[in-house]
Amino acid sequence: MTAAPATILRQHLIDPEICIRCNTCEETCPVDAISHDSRNYVIDAAKCKLCYNCISPCPTGAIDSWRNMPADRAYPIAEQLLWDSLPGQIALDQGGTAGAGTEVGAGNTAGETPEDVAQIAAASTAGQGGTAPPPWSAAHPYVNLYGIHQPAVATVSGNFRLTAEDASSDIRHIVLDFGNASFPVLEGQTIGILPPGLDANGKPHHVRLYSVASPREGERPKYNNLSLTVKRVTEDHEGKAAHGIGSNYLCDLKKGDKVNVVGPYGTSFLMPNHPGSHLLMICTGTGSAPMRAMTERRRRKFSSGESLGKQMLFFGARSSGELPYFGPLTKLPKEFIDINFGFSRVPGEPKRYVQDLLRERGEDVARLLKDENTYVYICGLKGMEKGVEEAFTALCQANGLDWNGLRPQMLQQGRYHVETY
Amino acid sequence: MSIDYSQKIPNNVHLNDNKTLQRALEHWQPEFINWWKDMGPDGSQNFDVYLRTAVSVDPSGWAHFDYVKMPDYRWGIFLNPAEADRKVNFGAHKGEAAWQEVPGEYRSNLRRLIVTQGDTEPASVEQQRHLGLTCPSLYDMRNLFQVNVEEGRHLWAMVYLLHAYFGRDGREEAEALLERRSGDADNPRILGAFNERTPDWLSFFMFTYFTDRDGKYQLCSLAESGFDPLARTCKFMLTEEAHHMFVGESGVGRVIQRTCDVMNQLKTDDVAKIRAAGVIDLPTIQRYLNFHFSVTMDLFGADVSSNAATFYTTGLKGRYEETKQTDDHLLNDASYGVLEVDDGKLVTIQAPYLNAINEKLRDDYVVDAKAGIERWNKIIQKAGIPFTLSAPHKAFNRKIGPLSAARISPTGQVVSEGEWTHQHLHWLPSAEDRAFVASLMGRVAEPGKFANWIAPPARGINNQPVDFAYVRFN
Repeated sequence: MTAAPATILRQHLIDPEICIRCNTCEETCPVDAISHDSRNYVIDAAKCKLCYNCISPCPTGAIDSWRNMPADRAYPIAEQLLWDSLPGQIALDQGGTAGAGTEVGAGNTAGETPEDVAQIAAASTAGQGGTAPPPWSAAHPYVNLYGIHQPAVATVSGNFRLTAEDASSDIRHIVLDFGNASFPVLEGQTIGILPPGLDANGKPHHVRLYSVASPREGERPKYNNLSLTVKRVTEDHEGKAAHGIGSNYLCDLKKGDKVNVVGPYGTSFLMPNHPGSHLLMICTGTGSAPMRAMTERRRRKFSSGESLGKQMLFFGARSSGELPYFGPLTKLPKEFIDINFGFSRVPGEPKRYVQDLLRERGEDVARLLKDENTYVYICGLKGMEKGVEEAFTALCQANGLDWNGLRPQMLQQGRYHVETY
Repeated sequence: MSIDYSQKIPNNVHLNDNKTLQRALEHWQPEFINWWKDMGPDGSQNFDVYLRTAVSVDPSGWAHFDYVKMPDYRWGIFLNPAEADRKVNFGAHKGEAAWQEVPGEYRSNLRRLIVTQGDTEPASVEQQRHLGLTCPSLYDMRNLFQVNVEEGRHLWAMVYLLHAYFGRDGREEAEALLERRSGDADNPRILGAFNERTPDWLSFFMFTYFTDRDGKYQLCSLAESGFDPLARTCKFMLTEEAHHMFVGESGVGRVIQRTCDVMNQLKTDDVAKIRAAGVIDLPTIQRYLNFHFSVTMDLFGADVSSNAATFYTTGLKGRYEETKQTDDHLLNDASYGVLEVDDGKLVTIQAPYLNAINEKLRDDYVVDAKAGIERWNKIIQKAGIPFTLSAPHKAFNRKIGPLSAARISPTGQVVSEGEWTHQHLHWLPSAEDRAFVASLMGRVAEPGKFANWIAPPARGINNQPVDFAYVRFN
């Protein structure tokens, strides 16, 4: 997953109703961002570096107050000095500039989900109408083990280009090793990366979220590592030139580099573990990361001779050279996984998208959908959602199923999971 | 600057490297524990209390929360990190390097300052030792115990200075700190306010608001000291002191909140009806406020004081925010306004600034104390009740300094002895007021339950819910 330009500022404020004016925060602040008059203690958003030094010394908790604001509308000091109480959170869609992207405002300790990570989760699952429960047989996920105050430090143990040298996109497989730090993840969970340095406003960069591409026991089994699938962002959704801070940072990492990692996050987009459960996976581009994790988990079990349910994968890309993990995927045994590739930019061939593939395989897809042990996972660009939904409606109709009735039922049972960006 | 907890005495001052000092303090430690068991919180030594302990003195490490039995609390010695090339910032030695050892000629004055500050710490523990028996909630009980253990920690801070820098005299003073008793006729604590009783929780909240705030101002001025170990000690103590004022401000605020709620439910401002409903009427709260404010005014010392001038000139004790003052930090030719009774009126006369250092600190304190009273008034305003709390005049009910000779009303009018006798029960809590407040005190010790006379807090401690089991009985 990649990041859009920053628009939301997680503004650090002091609750005047709770503050007792003990001056501890002002004393503690290393950059003199905090000041006071005879009425209120206030924080200058332009100076605050979000170092959190002031948080734990505050005896009241008044200092631990935050509002998400469009960056150009942060509350100025003069206004804060007049407050008797904190203003409520403004509705960000009325803020004009605060479209929900995959951008995360920082600011939490271990044990709590940063408000903006929750915001992204909400945005990415909006296609299914909010987060769904996980499959009943999913393993229990650990979440929020590392917050922005105390991130885990991982070491890069590998960084490989997945796409062909002549492909237009640079997608990379990056392996992070956690050494002695405990960082347990499940397939389908995401982690946050803290790019170093400061943004144009002199603030630390926001957190970037990436899906884990390796199974729970590690990219290399029994090693304390995990992998990510990262596409170098060089243009925005409209095709205009844009330099993705998080993705370029990650793609340029060298073996041995240290990376600050927060999370893990995600309690819903998880795989079932019971025997006979089927996976129906639909993805595009780097949306393949969680599918790769789940498939790899099952492949290792398959290799050890364990009996498994069916795996069916629909994977869209511009061409085979742009498709991450194309080579390894094609080598998987047919009896293990039913793979369907769709390429939209192969010269001389008609464009084929994942929804076209779904329609073509309608009968087989419908057979899976009829089975209560089937779990559907959709991950990729937001644009794919509509086409996939339409394909499901059509193929259900053709095979005696009612998608409008089935979909909510699957959602409720934790069998339908959408994560798009 | 992490704290070495593997030592018998947790510390960040490399105690291990100074065996003589370490042995002296290890000798004092069991005496402290004995004092704590005798004079610390009554009947609560076996409770598991959800307390904050410093695990390092940097901002991320000093607020570590866990259950602990109070006698097992890791009292220790924590100094703020040293500031490189720190200078003496005021007085005759201004501009010289800050002292890392006690200058011989200031030894007795410095010792006196440290002993006076240190004496207040165990004193307040003694004053508050019975309050756990009448706590209005587990949340409040925990806050009380947090205040108590941190006062104990502050005693350690001062005792460390006495042991480390004052030799045998210092060790004797450290022992005497454990021998004096609050309110004891034969061997009382040094300062008057610390020999008063803290008989009920309203008094406790008022004490932590007003009197601990005096502590804040004293520590702030000692944190400016040219004697660097004292400055660093006091800087770290200030971070802990903030919690005490929080307990006071939010405590009184919650009492006011509850009273306003009941007044609105009953639609009355009739004191008798309000008291019958089991909450504390606002005029009584005002009288408690007057009492604690005025008692605390005396803690700043005489209005004109040659001792204060000496402490300042010799670089031992500065002003509040000394380095933020824009004058010459010598004050030889400056003057400052102090109050005097002249011809039946209070008038301000100009005194040499150096002699008025106490008054300057008192004035700084008053500004801060009044700001909190205004926040209490907002609670009352929000409830739509036409009543305003106010700080009495700083000359009201003084027992120290020239103003103690006069009778002065809360609004600053000089009144006759006759009028004082007639009026003072409207100004200060009467025996009847105290008896009424005492009648409300009864222990509430179920998680999430609060006594009828106080509202629950807006937030729990360390982001825990309000109904968290802040104290576990064993």
